Amino acid sequence: MSTAGYAFRDNLTMLRRNLLHARRYPSLTLNLLLTPVILLLLFVYVFGNVMSAGITGGHADRSEYVAYLVPGILFLTVAMTSLGTAVAVCTDMTEGIMARFRTMAISRASVLTGHVIGSVIQTMTALVLVLGIGLAIGFRPDASPVEWLAAAGLMALVSLALTWLAVGIGLISPNPEGASNIGTPLVMLPFLSSAFVPVDAMPGWFRWFAEYQPFSPFIETLRGLLLGSGIGTQNAVLALGWGVALTVLGYLWSKARFSREHRQ
Amino acid sequence: MTTTNTQEPEPERESESALAIAATGLRKAYGDKTVLDGIDIRVPAGTVFSLLGPNGAGKTTAVNILSTLIAADGGEARIAGHDLTAEAQKVRAAIGVTGQFSAVDGLITGEENMLLMADLHHLSKRDGRQVTADLLERFDLTEAAKKPAATYSGGMKRRLDIAMTLVGSPRIIFLDEPTTGLDPRSRHTMWQIIRELVSGGTTVFLTTQYLEEADQLADRIAVLDGGRLVAEGSAEELKRLVPGGHVRLRFSDPGSYEQAATALREATRDDQALTLQIPSGGTQRELRAILDWLDAAGIEADELSVHTPDLDDVFFALTATTATGATATAATGTAATGNQNSGNQNADKETVR
Repeated sequence: MSTAGYAFRDNLTMLRRNLLHARRYPSLTLNLLLTPVILLLLFVYVFGNVMSAGITGGHADRSEYVAYLVPGILFLTVAMTSLGTAVAVCTDMTEGIMARFRTMAISRASVLTGHVIGSVIQTMTALVLVLGIGLAIGFRPDASPVEWLAAAGLMALVSLALTWLAVGIGLISPNPEGASNIGTPLVMLPFLSSAFVPVDAMPGWFRWFAEYQPFSPFIETLRGLLLGSGIGTQNAVLALGWGVALTVLGYLWSKARFSREHRQ
Repeated sequence: MTTTNTQEPEPERESESALAIAATGLRKAYGDKTVLDGIDIRVPAGTVFSLLGPNGAGKTTAVNILSTLIAADGGEARIAGHDLTAEAQKVRAAIGVTGQFSAVDGLITGEENMLLMADLHHLSKRDGRQVTADLLERFDLTEAAKKPAATYSGGMKRRLDIAMTLVGSPRIIFLDEPTTGLDPRSRHTMWQIIRELVSGGTTVFLTTQYLEEADQLADRIAVLDGGRLVAEGSAEELKRLVPGGHVRLRFSDPGSYEQAATALREATRDDQALTLQIPSGGTQRELRAILDWLDAAGIEADELSVHTPDLDDVFFALTATTATGATATAATGTAATGNQNSGNQNADKETVR
């Protein structure tokens, strides 16, 4: 087998290891999943009428707020599960087996790609679960198959981007608690976006940040794809741009950190 | 630097290719703390080399450098004929490493750990299963194979660790303190495993802080102290370096002790324990001479015991500066060697004990 063939096999092996961990110890992912689900139910059933009245201008209907909220909750799910990746990577780096991997003639990158691909698969599974709950409580998208495909692609891209960032966070963190702390701003970002309320409702000085930070374009683009509301070229371009840029950035950062000397 | 002189004019110097490990001038410092201060290591293929030293001597750093885990600041090394830095991947393909802290994946089972190694060595599925079953059997882990490695005892984790190292049949194996923290039975099992490996032609690079272990296993021993090799040779050669042999006479009656002490001028007194130490190599002839002498002087000891120098004596003599907490930090290596030459190591040894 060629070197590339071996590298491919190493990636598959590491992916299998990662999925084995996830399957055997799903509690971390499930715990993280709890937050978006609880927020979804809380905002729809407790705040739903008030929120929708605020958004539509007086007319209270929580089923309309479900439609507004679900795309945002989906990206919050992506952010939360990537926090799990940061913790998992950091934990893995402190394990003795990492030293073994580094002294074996294997593709070095496979250690990280195993985490990344495994995490993206986990995130996509989590998204299906959350979307299922959304559908159960009245979320009614009217997307065509092509739009569904594009929506899935967008969510996969964002998962990939945030996962690579999370891997970098996991690599720079001294311990799993640290990884969780350093990753927290990433989880806060969706709250400062158009996930829960439109950016128009925010104070002027803040609106600029909310509008251009990665999550608002992601969410607006997904809303457009699933619900047929206008996306706007700016949002589509920003969403794709942020997705690709963060992926490249996270990848390069993680790679550089991982090639550094073995941590004692 | 090395105090043994048996190595210098070796007429049939091993050719470079027969050396499993050849390192010269390895240096490593963390900040202004020098961990390795230029060490040379030559290990012929198929032999056991033991790096002996107290905690913090730099043993693990040496292993980490030679196993490509960290880069040296200076010096060069060839492992299995490959340059450590330029051909790191080839070096990795030739070696197996069992570090000081168990390098097993605790979240998955022992069997899954083994299969993971088989996959990473690119074995076929069938070969992987075969190797896994064989090694688990050999290391007495078949029963625990389906349990998560995190639930294993210390000895089981060590055995799994070594079993994982053996999956790719490496030609050179690095074992960093393989028996630290093991009970005596597990330690003997580990020794047996190492002996089997060597009889199969594997080269073993072993670090240990147990002198007995080096004595039992190693063909050659190097004593590392303060980042320098302060002695190197076989266990026998090292033991010859220190004149620690003596005959010990123990008395229960202070009167006869006093009498004997006066008669035997060269004996070292221990008034508290009522014992006398007479320097002796422990040969039959020397013993007979002592016995005759005791008879002639009319001295009757309650107990007579013969003490030959062991590696403990060597260890304490060579690493004395560290052990006695001397303030010389910069010149630890030279201080240790100097001590030894000046012949006052007996005094040092006694302080240590």
